[in-house]
Amino acid sequence: MKSVRPWSVVVSISILVFVTGAFLMSGYTFGEEKEQVIQITAKRFEYSPKDIVVKKGAPVVLEFTSLDRLHGFNCPGLAIRADIRPGKVARVRFVPQKAGIFPFHCDNFCGTGHEGMTGTITVTE
Amino acid sequence: MKIDRRDFLKLAGIGSIFFSSGLGKLGSLANAATGKDDFFFVQLSDTHWGFTNPAVNPDSAETLKKVVASVNSLTDQPDFLVFTGDLTHVTDDDKERRTRMSQFKDIISALKVKNIKFIPGEHDAGLDEGAAFKEFFGKTHYSFDHKGVHFIALDNVSDPTSSLGDAQLEWLSADLKKQKKDSQIVVFTHRPLFDLYTDWDWYTRDGAKVIELLRPYSNATVLYGHIHQEHHHKTGNIAHHAAKGLMYPLPAPGSVPKKAPVPWDANQPYKGLGFRSIDVKAKQAALSIAEFSVKGEKL
Repeated sequence: MKSVRPWSVVVSISILVFVTGAFLMSGYTFGEEKEQVIQITAKRFEYSPKDIVVKKGAPVVLEFTSLDRLHGFNCPGLAIRADIRPGKVARVRFVPQKAGIFPFHCDNFCGTGHEGMTGTITVTE
Repeated sequence: MKIDRRDFLKLAGIGSIFFSSGLGKLGSLANAATGKDDFFFVQLSDTHWGFTNPAVNPDSAETLKKVVASVNSLTDQPDFLVFTGDLTHVTDDDKERRTRMSQFKDIISALKVKNIKFIPGEHDAGLDEGAAFKEFFGKTHYSFDHKGVHFIALDNVSDPTSSLGDAQLEWLSADLKKQKKDSQIVVFTHRPLFDLYTDWDWYTRDGAKVIELLRPYSNATVLYGHIHQEHHHKTGNIAHHAAKGLMYPLPAPGSVPKKAPVPWDANQPYKGLGFRSIDVKAKQAALSIAEFSVKGEKL
């Protein structure tokens, strides 16, 4: 019977530890696709980014922060809405079920440029 | 063409828009029995005093004054007037907001009718939770009775989330409990209470709760503004009627990709702007609504 060399055991264990650690750090869980996290800032009278692209069927988390006052985020076509308050991060998780371009707007009245505070979510196939 | 009150009443009988609030002949008799009197009032909305954009309204500094003259020219004057919000155009400057409110108040002081009711729009009250509005025009929500009709003025704009909020809903619930189920009720709001078109923010976040509170009442009508055009809708037995604006019209819901004021048409000045007269008759449970142009022409 061929003997096992001690150094090869050490290398194998190291590789196993590295691969497992990489998996855990990536946040990947079996049976669930990784979420796409998109950070959006709101300030009078714009969102950044204002045009967002996501993939149909892939889970998305929108993370909103306000740089000045209360704003809103309403995307009726995808049934997403949030209040964006200064000093708080608002999170909305969704899985786009249909492809297309879906406009969103601020629905908390924020001043002279409120009507123009808009953007789009594009859902690709 | 100028039209007087007598002409209006004749026209109302043969040609004005007539909206039933869902009560039949039996209900009409019941209302007559309560001692309701004939009268009419005038609704004006979305005057946006302070707005300037010559491509949209090159006569922005004079339009409100023309409307005041047109209302004054009615031979018979209304019992009262109501302004259903956005009296002034939004400004981020608190001082300028008060200047505009002061100017607005000064212009409408020329109205012959002194019984004037106000509710705020988001342009008046959305940035300071109604503080300036209250200084100039008083409470933002209230109720009153007039010749057998119960009027309720609601505020769905001082909260920037376009909600009435729990406290006002509780007040409304208590106010309605004092009414009979067949009382004639007229509600004034700025924003639509139902989801007219959410993509353009034409709704009230807790409007469904108001509609639910009104639902048991067989004779309720909602008069509102905000959308700068006529619009008529029913939720159950509740009729909702949007008024034209008096500074610029907005497009029909969803008719264009982006909501924006309709440009001025030099061939048809003031097109899409106007005010309305609402006729309440003792022997009838429905309201008659007649639309007028800025110059006081019956439409």
